[in-house]
Amino acid sequence: MATQPQIQHPNKALGYAARDPSGLLSPFNFSRRETGEKDVAFKVLYCGICHSDLHMVKNEWGFSTYPLVPGHEVVGVVTEVGSKVEKFKVGDKVGVGCMVDSCRTCQNCAENLENYCPQFTLTYGAKHKDGSITYGGYSDSMVADEHFVVRIPEGLPLDAAAPLLCAGITVYSPLRYFALDKPGLHVGVVGLGGLGHVAVKFAKAFGAKVTVISTSPNKKEEAIQNLGADSFLISRDQDQMQGAMGTLDGIIDTVSAVHPLLPLIGLLKSHGKLVMVGAPEKPLEMPVIPLIMGRKIVAGSSIGGMKETQEMIDFAAEHNVKPDIEVIPIDYVNTAMERLLKADIKYRFVIDIGNTLKSNS
Amino acid sequence: MAKSPQTQLPLKAFGWAASDTSGILAPFHFSRRSRDSCRENGQNDVTLQILYCGVCHSDLHTLKNDWGFTTYPVVPGHEIVGVVTKIGNNVKNFKVGDKVGVGVIVESCKECECCQQDLESYCPKPVFTYNSPYYDGTRTQGGYSNFVVVHQRYVLRFPENLPLDAGAPLLCAGITVYSPMKYYGMTEAGKHLGVAGLGGLGHVAIKFAKAFGLKVTVISSSPNKEDEAIKRLGADSFLVSSDPAKMKAAMGTMDYIIDTISAVHSLIPLLGLLKLNGKLVTVGLPNKPLELPIFPLVAGRKLVGGSNFGGIKETQEMLDFCGKHNISADIELIKMDHINTAMERLSKSDVKYRFVIDVANSFSSL
Repeated sequence: MATQPQIQHPNKALGYAARDPSGLLSPFNFSRRETGEKDVAFKVLYCGICHSDLHMVKNEWGFSTYPLVPGHEVVGVVTEVGSKVEKFKVGDKVGVGCMVDSCRTCQNCAENLENYCPQFTLTYGAKHKDGSITYGGYSDSMVADEHFVVRIPEGLPLDAAAPLLCAGITVYSPLRYFALDKPGLHVGVVGLGGLGHVAVKFAKAFGAKVTVISTSPNKKEEAIQNLGADSFLISRDQDQMQGAMGTLDGIIDTVSAVHPLLPLIGLLKSHGKLVMVGAPEKPLEMPVIPLIMGRKIVAGSSIGGMKETQEMIDFAAEHNVKPDIEVIPIDYVNTAMERLLKADIKYRFVIDIGNTLKSNS
Repeated sequence: MAKSPQTQLPLKAFGWAASDTSGILAPFHFSRRSRDSCRENGQNDVTLQILYCGVCHSDLHTLKNDWGFTTYPVVPGHEIVGVVTKIGNNVKNFKVGDKVGVGVIVESCKECECCQQDLESYCPKPVFTYNSPYYDGTRTQGGYSNFVVVHQRYVLRFPENLPLDAGAPLLCAGITVYSPMKYYGMTEAGKHLGVAGLGGLGHVAIKFAKAFGLKVTVISSSPNKEDEAIKRLGADSFLVSSDPAKMKAAMGTMDYIIDTISAVHSLIPLLGLLKLNGKLVTVGLPNKPLELPIFPLVAGRKLVGGSNFGGIKETQEMLDFCGKHNISADIELIKMDHINTAMERLSKSDVKYRFVIDVANSFSSL
């Protein structure tokens, strides 16, 4: 007989889960494992709503298992640590991002690239090594191996820190890896949503000149006045795009919808790099000749390893990189998902779990 | 009245040109600038009698105006090997009698960031060896001809020990694969390189790769090339791209891939062959965009990069590397009057692996 989520593990937990591909979330009683010797258990205070959560609750990627408790931008306060835990103590402010485990032995794990481990375990909707399903941060508690827990530094408000755990690392990692973090470079950011707005902030903190490329002209003022972008290009305006050709050292493309790459490749200087962090479902058309004539590259990047995630959060605290958020109560989550679908959010919903997810509520 | 090709410039020249999109080449009288012309650059010019010229697939594309920017009549040819016959007063690095090469460009702006970093091939104002407007308004004509006059900066010293005929293809095919192998870091001994497409570029890529100490797998749609690839060219293995089971088994095994295929093809299977953080470099020139799946790029931090030929300094470095490692192309030597048949065969990939025109012995009078 299959073990029920409520009794599989010793520690009771309350969360919000989707039961089916409608994606509608509702209260869900389940359980978390006992705090193992290397585990950190914490009370969840905030959880960011990532667009991936929306894809997963609706099974758009085809591998969701229900009931599904999403959430991989999780921040809280430590309540218990295992006997072999070295980095954390009760009361510490911590976070968990997109992974809660990896094989720990492969080349990628050894090089702090757990996110590229062929066997990494997603924070939700995946299987733990013991076979049980992982449940994410739309819940009142979490437990994870200390290796996959990061410290939230003083100086970063906990609610604003939450989106850094996925959106933040997703744009920080390629800015570093593809050397787009040097002062004076001209970096483009395509798409101004959860990822895009954080990319603008990190790029500015690195000393770059930043151009936002977007289909929505009404985002221009925001981008420049509020986020600090230096300029704004409307991607459907051919004259504007033509005028900006060959001006960018690199582009972080956060757009998940299918879109043309040719104009973006044209914006790059020679030897420029177009890095995709959104993943359109269908292949895109890649014009080869402009790539060849300018020795340009199109690359991809996915979140980041744990060491780099900690580095990113510390950098964000030091340089005051804070995501722009809208804090919501847990019972607003379905409305938030509908608004997220229409990109009606500046720029990340964060669920106030600590104050609004309570038993019998 | 516009001057005819024969009288536009001071020196009479002879070559074979195509006059229309049929691409059929025929004898053509034209003219070239003189090293002695009253022009500052004349003092920097090297005049060379052409001995051999490789037949690059780009020549075929240009002859037929596949890329839409051919101006006829056009004399193709940018894998030129010859002997110096005259030098301008400022030319110090070459002397009469030297064996030299000329590749894909004969001029660049010399002032931009790329030119200043020895990356003339990425100059925004390059003058290609053929089918390009030269700064004086005339059009450049290439190596299917008896001689050429080139600014010394764009002339390469040909290594003593390399055969002149088999060395000619290095000037385009050679640098086109050598340059990205260096730039994208595909030279670490022991790593695994896939070479997609086994033609002029592909076969030279194998030779370079083996000289770098790489393990090489050829990826090709033609099973009948396997024996050649392994026994003669030294590839370690051969993957038939149209065999789904074999392609699946090879997934995630390659550190890098050089994609030399010019036909339109999907990058989905090739990207699947790469390991995490793998690099695919495309050097073929398909005339339509390729299908690029984004998910494998993101999930595997893979990249697709482009590369054109290479700067002059690097081309010289490549030639010297070939001299040191005794690398030259596998060629079929032909006379000029066989060129149209050769072009037909080239369009069917029926050559192992480069035609080279024996120019000097093709023209009865020079």
